[in-house]
Amino acid sequence: MRVAEDLNAALHTLFEACPDLYLLGEDIADPYGGAFKVTKGLSDKHPNRVLPTPLSESGIMGVAGGLALAGDRAIVEVMFGDFIALCFDQIVNFASKSVSMYGQRVPLRLVVRCPVGGNRGYGPTHSQSPQKHFIGVPNLSLYEMSPFHDNATVFRRMLDHGEPAVFFEDKILYTRPMYADGHIDDVLRYDLIGDPSVARVHIEDPDDFRYVVIAPGGLAHRVMGAMRTLFLQEEIPGLLLVPSRLYPFDVEPLLPILARAEHIIVAEESVAGGTWGSEVAQSLYSRLWGMLRHPIRLVNSADSIIPTAAHLEHRVLVQENTVYDTLREACA
Amino acid sequence: MDVIVGNRGVTAGGVSPLADEDLGLLLLIRHFELALLDLFDQGKLNGTTHTCLGQEYIPVVLRPLLDERDYVFSNHRGHGHYLARYDDPAGLLAEIMGREGAICNGVGGSQHILRGTYMSTGVQGQSLPIAVGTAMHLERGGQPLLALAYIGDGTWGEGSVYEALNMAQLWRLPLVVVVENNRIAQSTPTERQMSGTIADRARAFGIRHHRITGVDVEAIRADLVPLVAETRHQNRPLVLEFDTYRLGPHSKGDDNRAPELIREAEEHDWHPVYAARFPEQFDRISAVQSRRVAEVVADVTARPLSTWEQ
Repeated sequence: MRVAEDLNAALHTLFEACPDLYLLGEDIADPYGGAFKVTKGLSDKHPNRVLPTPLSESGIMGVAGGLALAGDRAIVEVMFGDFIALCFDQIVNFASKSVSMYGQRVPLRLVVRCPVGGNRGYGPTHSQSPQKHFIGVPNLSLYEMSPFHDNATVFRRMLDHGEPAVFFEDKILYTRPMYADGHIDDVLRYDLIGDPSVARVHIEDPDDFRYVVIAPGGLAHRVMGAMRTLFLQEEIPGLLLVPSRLYPFDVEPLLPILARAEHIIVAEESVAGGTWGSEVAQSLYSRLWGMLRHPIRLVNSADSIIPTAAHLEHRVLVQENTVYDTLREACA
Repeated sequence: MDVIVGNRGVTAGGVSPLADEDLGLLLLIRHFELALLDLFDQGKLNGTTHTCLGQEYIPVVLRPLLDERDYVFSNHRGHGHYLARYDDPAGLLAEIMGREGAICNGVGGSQHILRGTYMSTGVQGQSLPIAVGTAMHLERGGQPLLALAYIGDGTWGEGSVYEALNMAQLWRLPLVVVVENNRIAQSTPTERQMSGTIADRARAFGIRHHRITGVDVEAIRADLVPLVAETRHQNRPLVLEFDTYRLGPHSKGDDNRAPELIREAEEHDWHPVYAARFPEQFDRISAVQSRRVAEVVADVTARPLSTWEQ
């Protein structure tokens, strides 16, 4: 099953199970079913709870906040993640703050779905990875879609948590297959560890690795491609860790693994500077200092807006070869 | 298009008799706000606060028109809104002073209050889409309940106001927007920050707009009963624009208005009008409320600091 189909199925399951769940977004109604078809079939089945909205990102985020405040559950689809900037006030100054700023715990069951990332030729205003702008907001969780994590389980967790969550969906994943039963290809295997689960991608033996890459779901294929090449050409084994929840990111359960790595690399598509990757690196420095054998390396996109033309876009964004070069250089 | 543009009510000078309860509430809010400014002068309050001096009659007018299950969204100038909904000056003062018994444990302070279906926030315009969401929740619940949001004239500069109005009318939701048009947005006169009129802006969305002048609580209330009932029972959004005056500063001591503007505000104050029209009732109740607020201040000031389990 493709990732977008799994996500669509997850939303169908949630709507059957939760009579108090609403979905708001632009052009999400059938027969169109959303810009990426993730909401297909939902409005026909649940016309009163799946609401196509005006082009009002801030407003619909507020409406969802109001529904959540009144005790309902709400999911908002932001058509392109870049537009989440328009929702910043309602997410950061209303939804997340309302959880605790009234001196009491106010549960807000609210998920913002946010398609992100480039490599699709959508250009500067439709290709960004805005994760970093939402790091470190009290009472706000950040998740990222991955081909390893069952979307229904992840959505359950986000909605049951009682705090707003942003769910980043790298658009390049929509057409990729979901992985099941631990098998990726002839070289790579994976399993899920920890809670919330982190996917651990390994070569043959999960305990045999020289480096560990930590990356969100959208980067998984690029990192796996680099891992595969490095193993096939140089026989250097590595490990990839893909967390479902980006923030808060609990590194404690992963420390035994990370302490054994010769090299640690954090990869993400955001432009460097105040990013998730630097946040992860900082938390690892403070815990692994004295055990680290090399500085933690960060992989980011170039400091640039994202061009539309494929050859220009390719140069700016993190690619498989960007990750490969970093791994190769580290392990040289 | 179903738009009513109203302009009724009476000007200060002629007011109808008022029940003790209503006059008591008016005077409770007035004495409470004066006490706050006094506490600031004594250096006993932290941060800032925005008093509603001159505007107390607006939530008092609306009080009996609201069901306790209706959602009410207030703003930075919300003490009167809160006291009209809950007869709880001690809880509010404790919240403002960070003392034991504070409604929100002192975390929210003057402008961030949550109690039941009452909420206030300090970001202009932010609550309107939230009110639309709660109005949707209420409308789906099948009870004739509504969401009411208080905003000021300055809030009409915020884009979220228009996003919310569009959705409220598009989806036929029971939303009342109460505009306390006090002619000034912090320090900027309305004519320097708003083009056109609030009436025309509401009309652009096909939303009913009703403008209220004067301070006659009973007359205004009678005028509003059918309009609010229509919103409640027919899910027709409504914009109520109160033509009002802010007597005091924006926050604690930042009033740089020209003396003639302050004098104009004082000439439209409800306080001397009711005092002159019903002196016996007014003096009797004012003395009671003045004493009550003084007791609340003494009580709350002596309490231990609030605690908050994060």
